[in-house]
Amino acid sequence: MKYMLLLANAPDARDDSASRPPHGVDDGVIEDWAEYTLALRDAGVLVGGHALHGHETATAVSVRSGKRLLVDGPFADTKEHLIGYYIIDVPDLDAALDWAARVPNVRTGTIEVRPVQPGSDAATVLASGAAPDAT
Amino acid sequence: MRDQSPTTSPPQFEDALGRAWREQRAAVLATLARRLGDLGLAEDAVQEAFAAAATSWSQNGVPERPGAWLTTTAWRKALDGLRKDRFPVERDAQPFPSSETSAVDSRLHADPADTSVDDDVLSLVLTCCHPALSSEAQVALTLRHVAGLSDRQIAARFLVSEPTMSKRLVRARAKIRAARIAFDLPDRTRLHERLSEVHAVVYLVFTEGYLASDDGPAVRLELCEEALWLCRQLHRLVADDAETTGLLALVLLHSARSTARQDGAGRLVPYDEQDRTLWDLSLVDEAKALLARTGHERPGTYQLQAAIALMHAVAPSMNAVPWSRVARLYKALLRATPSPVVAVNQAVAVGRADGPGAGLQALRPVLSDDTMANYLPLHAAHADLLCRAGRVEEAAAAWRAAAALAVNPQHAAELLRRARAATSLAP
Repeated sequence: MKYMLLLANAPDARDDSASRPPHGVDDGVIEDWAEYTLALRDAGVLVGGHALHGHETATAVSVRSGKRLLVDGPFADTKEHLIGYYIIDVPDLDAALDWAARVPNVRTGTIEVRPVQPGSDAATVLASGAAPDAT
Repeated sequence: MRDQSPTTSPPQFEDALGRAWREQRAAVLATLARRLGDLGLAEDAVQEAFAAAATSWSQNGVPERPGAWLTTTAWRKALDGLRKDRFPVERDAQPFPSSETSAVDSRLHADPADTSVDDDVLSLVLTCCHPALSSEAQVALTLRHVAGLSDRQIAARFLVSEPTMSKRLVRARAKIRAARIAFDLPDRTRLHERLSEVHAVVYLVFTEGYLASDDGPAVRLELCEEALWLCRQLHRLVADDAETTGLLALVLLHSARSTARQDGAGRLVPYDEQDRTLWDLSLVDEAKALLARTGHERPGTYQLQAAIALMHAVAPSMNAVPWSRVARLYKALLRATPSPVVAVNQAVAVGRADGPGAGLQALRPVLSDDTMANYLPLHAAHADLLCRAGRVEEAAAAWRAAAALAVNPQHAAELLRRARAATSLAP
């Protein structure tokens, strides 16, 4: 069963070195992220993951009545911002929650654990012939 | 229960069916849910199996192992349903006619030596009380699937419409399925972490019945009885857990007073005016024996609360309560769970042990806590201490402040009666 761990930080927590995302960090905390990612890999549960640039670099896109709308900023005006994600493959929710509780930014931010819909990854969808150009 | 003769008389098979429903339904459901990974499908299959049993057992006799028969039948029903892909989504079925009240009654006195259900039921309870579910959903799921109440009954008890409650339950079950909340028992360490969650749900079910937080009847005895039944199940499953024992003792001690808490008109009788001869001493004795078996090293909050309740229960009158010991127990409870609520109770005990002056002194920090301004028991305790200190006008004002905060109309009426009584004492 795959779960996505969505890593969120409060904007003001970004100055807190302990809660920075993995890339572009120069103060040694990157080691925590490396260690955690290695632990996921060594346990055989790591499917993938990325760190994102800050929410101030985000652009929100929508199309309404055929017109493309662009807005500077993330799509949701929430207290916490997405800083990255992991996808892990574990037996059940309790196992996913255990991994989420070990993510380096968990002490200052919040990890949202979302079950991934089985068979919904792009490769599977393409292989199943559901997409028009799969053949 | 062995009778394979096709001429089983109706009462006999109905008894067997009723027994199976009360004692084995949760275990059959838990087994199915684990195998299907889906509580909704499992519940439907179990309902169908009981419906099938009603027909089959009356014609062919009661099987030697009813639980196994039901599990096999339910499993077959589930597979049939999945294969034909026309499984009913939701259903509110009470599969046989035995009266709900008598079912609850007999469960209260269920044979504690029957341990056949054990781990299955415990894992079902843990799934229903999983911390990934909202506490509302935890309570509803537990009542629905562990205690076996219908959507309609749960809706009535929480004063929402049946469709609202059904929707809530469907959503909760969908989360269990989609997020794959396991139906297996967690390891020992996790289990004990999780037990505190289960205790909270069971105690919430109980307190909701004991003093309803809504404007319905002040006491809903059925909820208290469900909670007591759940406590007994839980205790049977993890008898070595001191807090589980403490919770069972606490619920028993509260339950012992349930008859004395209401007068003939359904009016709440305050604790210090209750007829102690109405207290159920068999429940008190049971609690006392339970508490005697738990360790005394670093007792948890339910053990402490039960110990306090026991002090009250065994005292022949209010004045005979060993108030200094009660005050000490509250002090320990305050250390275990620092809360202004406990501080209020401690002040009441201090007021009884060392006089109203000392009690008022102990209450002072809570009175100056702004977050407690709307806490009814604080004003009630304050009023009582003021009254006993002879400050009757201030006491009446405090009773009125308490009454203004009461959600339950009966409770408000009782508090206003006290305000009037205090005023009549004025010189």
